[in-house]
Amino acid sequence: MTDPAAGPAAVPILDVAGLSASYGTFRALFDVSFRVPDGAVVALLGSNGAGKSTVARVVSGLVPSTAGTVHLAGTDITRMAANRIAGQGLSHVPEGRAIFSSLTVEENLTLAFRRAAGRKRIKDLLGRAYLAFPILAERRQQRAGTLSGGQQRILSLAKVLALPPRLLIVDELSLGLAPVIVDAVYDGLAAIRDAGSSILIVEQQIDRALGLADEAVLLAKGSVAWSGLSGEAAAAMDAILGGHGAVDPGPAPTEHEEN
Amino acid sequence: MSHFLDYAIPGVPYGCDFALMAVGLVLTFRATGVFNLAFGAQAFTGAFIFDLLVTAHHVNQWVAFMVAVLVVSPLLGLAFDRFLFRVIPTASTTAKVVTALGLLIAIPQAIPIIFRNTTSLQTTGFWLDPGHVYLNLAGSPVNGGQLSTTVVTLAVAAALVAMLRFTAFGLEMRAVVESRRLAQLEGINSKRTAAWAWVLSSVLAGLAGVLMLPLSGGNLVPSQPLQFTTLLVFGLTAAAVASVRSIPIALVAGIGLGILQNLITGYLPNSSILSAQNVKEALPFAVLAGVLLFNRELRTIEVSSDPLAACDPPPPLPAVAIRDPRLSVPMTWGFRLVVVGFLVSAATWVPDYWVTALASGLVLSVIFLSITLITGMGGWLSLCQASFAGLGAFTAGELAAHLNLPVLLGALVGALAAATTGAVIALVAARLSGLLLALFTLAFALFADGLLFNLSWLGGGNTVVVPRPQIGPVDFSRGDRNFLGLAFVVLVVCAILVKLIQRGTTGMVLAALRGSPTAAASLGISMLRQRVIIFTLSAGMAGLGGALYGSLLVRVSSLSYLYVYSLAFVVVVITTGSRSVEGAVNAGMSYAVLLLILQTYFPHYTGLEPILFAFGAMTYAAHPEGIVEYQKTRWLNRVARALQALDARRARTAGPDPAGPQPATVGGDISGA
Repeated sequence: MTDPAAGPAAVPILDVAGLSASYGTFRALFDVSFRVPDGAVVALLGSNGAGKSTVARVVSGLVPSTAGTVHLAGTDITRMAANRIAGQGLSHVPEGRAIFSSLTVEENLTLAFRRAAGRKRIKDLLGRAYLAFPILAERRQQRAGTLSGGQQRILSLAKVLALPPRLLIVDELSLGLAPVIVDAVYDGLAAIRDAGSSILIVEQQIDRALGLADEAVLLAKGSVAWSGLSGEAAAAMDAILGGHGAVDPGPAPTEHEEN
Repeated sequence: MSHFLDYAIPGVPYGCDFALMAVGLVLTFRATGVFNLAFGAQAFTGAFIFDLLVTAHHVNQWVAFMVAVLVVSPLLGLAFDRFLFRVIPTASTTAKVVTALGLLIAIPQAIPIIFRNTTSLQTTGFWLDPGHVYLNLAGSPVNGGQLSTTVVTLAVAAALVAMLRFTAFGLEMRAVVESRRLAQLEGINSKRTAAWAWVLSSVLAGLAGVLMLPLSGGNLVPSQPLQFTTLLVFGLTAAAVASVRSIPIALVAGIGLGILQNLITGYLPNSSILSAQNVKEALPFAVLAGVLLFNRELRTIEVSSDPLAACDPPPPLPAVAIRDPRLSVPMTWGFRLVVVGFLVSAATWVPDYWVTALASGLVLSVIFLSITLITGMGGWLSLCQASFAGLGAFTAGELAAHLNLPVLLGALVGALAAATTGAVIALVAARLSGLLLALFTLAFALFADGLLFNLSWLGGGNTVVVPRPQIGPVDFSRGDRNFLGLAFVVLVVCAILVKLIQRGTTGMVLAALRGSPTAAASLGISMLRQRVIIFTLSAGMAGLGGALYGSLLVRVSSLSYLYVYSLAFVVVVITTGSRSVEGAVNAGMSYAVLLLILQTYFPHYTGLEPILFAFGAMTYAAHPEGIVEYQKTRWLNRVARALQALDARRARTAGPDPAGPQPATVGGDISGA
């Protein structure tokens, strides 16, 4: 684990500077800046509608930014297409259903492995994924859309676990899952970190995220309200949001956050 | 039994051609989300280029085949992708259908003009000689044309299925179909995959076109691409049988349709109303309508499965929302001044041939207002408005001829007949939504052209006289100036009616339905009821406008109300702006005036007008709210900015004023950027 205070000499895996973005006429992000040090786990926290998912989408190239820059391990990826960013070693597991429901479990995995690792290693990687999550091996020929919500989340993690990216962005991974499955999902995340990936966790369930994270960034209404070590995050949130993990019911700057 | 085979076997090659179309449609829809109605035009292009090279330039047929099917067709598909559909990947299926419709109308008209070639498509053979019988199958002879079509189709289809099932490219394509964005997150270049899908499906279209040539025996006429539309409709039907999903089923369904068509031709008598010719004409539309109604799996094809759809920006605000309140008074008076100026000019100094054009513009505006009702307010795409108009005209004409009914009364009865038909269509198609409803109305339009308007009591395919009305001392048959006044009155009444509906409860309810059918249903709003209401009103208005149009021309036939006009009308109205009354009137007037200009100044280029409007449809890709609405937003934004600057300067000279006017610029600029 890199010490978060390692100083400016080390190139961070993700460097977001002055980022702004909007959906049509709707401005969602205002001058957002933060870093993910190499090898670290950073939690991106905030209430519903704070702009967390938008940050994730802009970084992975799904939503264009209107100002600011994004660097992945020193490479400028601000204007890159999403597929090229993925080629640079960034893996984004979006909120909700993040798998192809019309393809089978095995096809989903094959699709993920073929581009990144080449045809020859597919078999090896499939074996690794099935070893980590035996439930997937049982259902390899089943359409992914017929899996339960938790199994779908596990499928999207299995792709990443077998072939760890440089940076993993997971968006609301625990949303709507039973506590037991959330445990399994977070165990998976810990394993991915141990395999050498840096992780940006976007979460509303801050306790789980802070348990794994080294650092935390708190977003409020599209701007960074606080950032620092994860141990100090709870106190900071109390001060800023007026209550531990309080959900701000005020007008959401992005109505496009959910669904 | 031997009869059965005698009729069935010659149907197989036709069926193969339909199957190629169906497979191409499925492929494009699955890979790009575009229900590519321009497919008929692509097939036509392939056939035309092939024929041009072989007959006019005496090129070797294999070289011609290569150029037509493997070079020109894919390039056309790539152009579609690059310049049109890539611009609107997130637009609704309906929006994409409209753009494709524009191409379907434009391309068959444009190609002969571009190549200055008006000879019919006479090439009879490709590969095997159609004049030679190669083998006898169960007693019926199979000639070279039939054999080559069948063999090529089956080979191509098998290769395609294998590619999608077993190759990495096929896997990527299936992934892109489900969600472009999710595929991109996996590192797949979705744009390139979609472009390849366009290339592949365009090759199939070109192939279908070229293979159509030997089957038709040199009977295809470029200026009447109707045969290619029939080809398209059969392909569409086969694709619908396969729920626009399964390529093997589409293939089998296509071949089955070909056999069915031939069986019907063989078994039905040649006299009576059910004569083979009539039924053959109406068959594809009957089957299409049936499949649309009864194939339940089809109903889910439009349900967006993209989990990342939330990445799209919301639609822009309407122009009215950004209008500076200070503009209301000058704009209202300016509008009144324009109307009075128009009426005074039309009554006095405007030359006669212009009066006719202006009158037809007003009448067309009435028909176009029916599209404002159905598409602008209801959000449904109807592709049979010209058929409703025809119903109105023929009813009025027949009533005047046989019962001596005054034509205005006849027009009202015609409107009533059209309205009833509209209600029936809405009821029958109650469960269909969006794209399927549009296809269903297209099936009705083709049914009307092929069968309904050939019935003896609806014109029988001949010229029908719709006389000019006479009210008391005013005889509207003397010159068009009087008639223009009448058309103006009718248009104003219809416009007020539409405005009232827009502002009233129905308009609000329809807006709710457009916004969210689910939320509207939870409020107790019945989709079916609203749809019946709006279809009835719209069809009635179209019928009235159609009768008026007939009365303006006096002599009309079913050719005046062909389905092509339905398509062109929809494209024109949506291009100028389907949401507002102004949009419809703008569309009507500019359609008529442009037609006049083209006929007066470019008499040698018949067929230019659909091209212009179809290219208009392409601007729709960039501005789905319509040109009029877009320009209005742009100018209103400019005026708002100028007014703001003025306010700012005034505030500066008058000293700081914290309660100054708020900036009014919202929306519009983003779409213009």
